[in-house]
Amino acid sequence: MVGSIAAIGAGLAAIGAGIGIGQIGKGAVEGISRQPEAANDIRSSMIVAAAFVEAVALFAVVVALLGNG
Amino acid sequence: MYLNRFKSLLVVSLSLVAILFSTVVMANENVVVADTNKVAAATEAAVPHAAKEEGEFNVTETILEHIKDDHSWHLWGHTSIYLPVILHTSKGFEVFSSEKFMNEHHEPVVYHGNFDYKLVEGKTKVVNAAGEVDEEASKQLLDISITKNVASLFVSVLIILIVILSAANAYKKTGVTTAPKGIQSLMEPIVLFVRDELAIPNIGKKKYAKFMPFLLTVFFLILTNNFLGLIPFFPGGANVSGNIAFTMMLAVCVFIVVNLSANKNYWEHIFWMPGMHWSMKLFLAPIELIGVFTKPISLMIRLFANITAGHILVLSLICIIFIFKTVFASAIAVPFAVFIGVIELLVAFLQAYIFTMLTAMYIGMANEEHHHEHADAAHH
Repeated sequence: MVGSIAAIGAGLAAIGAGIGIGQIGKGAVEGISRQPEAANDIRSSMIVAAAFVEAVALFAVVVALLGNG
Repeated sequence: MYLNRFKSLLVVSLSLVAILFSTVVMANENVVVADTNKVAAATEAAVPHAAKEEGEFNVTETILEHIKDDHSWHLWGHTSIYLPVILHTSKGFEVFSSEKFMNEHHEPVVYHGNFDYKLVEGKTKVVNAAGEVDEEASKQLLDISITKNVASLFVSVLIILIVILSAANAYKKTGVTTAPKGIQSLMEPIVLFVRDELAIPNIGKKKYAKFMPFLLTVFFLILTNNFLGLIPFFPGGANVSGNIAFTMMLAVCVFIVVNLSANKNYWEHIFWMPGMHWSMKLFLAPIELIGVFTKPISLMIRLFANITAGHILVLSLICIIFIFKTVFASAIAVPFAVFIGVIELLVAFLQAYIFTMLTAMYIGMANEEHHHEHADAAHH
C-alpha cells in the first residue's frame, strides 16, 4: 500500500463536514419554503453556519496534513 | 428591512469581489497564456522553486515552502526582494540583508557576523567553526527580522491607512450632510455593515459605540490580509492571516478586550452560575473557566485553518501539473484553481465577518445586562 493514513483522516473529516453542510442546506431550504419572507435572514445565517462546519473540517485537514509531515 | 440589510451585504461583498477578482483573474490568466506560449515560463511563474529541481518533485515540501514565512519576497523569475535580518544576541543587535545567506549560485552559505549564522529550514541558527548548528548558542538568539509576513503586514496596514484616512478626511471636510463620494462609497457600506449587522445586534444599542473602533480594526485587518494573501504575486503572496502567530495576536487582543470590559454579571456566570444548586455551581465553574480561554483559541484556529487550507488547495491544484509532468494537466488544474480562487474570495470575506461577529458576540456576552433579576425574584 502506498500513501499515508493522514489521507484517510482528511477523507473522514470531509464525510463529517459533508453531512453537516447537507443538514444545513436541508434546514435552510425547508425553512425558506415554509416561510419565504424570511429567506434573506435564513440565507445569511445558513452561510455563517456552513462556515462553522467547514472550519471544523479544515481543522481536521490541517491536523491530517501536519501529522503527515 | 431585512431585504435592505441583505442587499447592503450583497453590495459590499460584490464590490469587493469585483475589485479583487480582477487581479486574481489576471494572475491566473498569466498562467494560461504562458501555458500556451511557453511551458517553461508558466512553470516558473506558478511554482518557481519546483521548476529548478528537475529530478524529484515533492508536493508536500513545495506547498509548505510556499505557505511558510520567508526571509526573501519573491518577485519574478530569479528576482527577489531580500528582507533585512535583525538579530539580538548577547553582543547586541545586528542587522544585515538576508542576501548574505546565499552566494551567487543561490546556495546556502554561512554569514560571519558577531557569530556565524546559517539558515536552517528557514530559521536563523548559530553555527560553529565546523559549520554545525550550535543549539545552545541558537537559543540565545532573538530573531526579530522583517520577514515576508511582516513586510506584507506593513503593506496591508499602509493600504488600510490610506483608504480609511482618505475616507475619514472626506467626512471631516463635508460632514455627513452630502452623499458619499469616491472612496467613501466603498467604505460607508462596509462600516455600516459592521455596525448594523455585527455590533448592534450582538452588543446592543447602548454599548456598541465603545467597541466599534476595535471591531472595525479587526475586520479590516483580517479582510485586507486575506485578500492580499489571495494575490499570487508581489504586493500579496504572503500567507499572513494563515500564520498562527498573526491569528494568535488577534485572539489575544480579543481575549483582553472581552475580559477587561466584562462586568460583574459575566464573572458571576463563570464562577458562581446563578439559579443552580451549589454542587452544580462547583461543577460548572471549571468548565466555564476553560470556556474563557477556548473562545479566543477557537477564533485563532478557525482563521488560521481556513486561510491555510485555502492556500494549500490552490497550490495542490497547481501542483497537479508538476505531478503529471505534462502541459495538458493544466487544462484541469487551472480552471479548478480559478474556481477555488473564487470560493476563497468568499471565504476571505466570510472569515473576516465571522471573526468580527464572534468577537462582537463575546463582547456582548461579557457586557450583558442583568436580566435574570425578575426571573429570580419570581422563583423566591
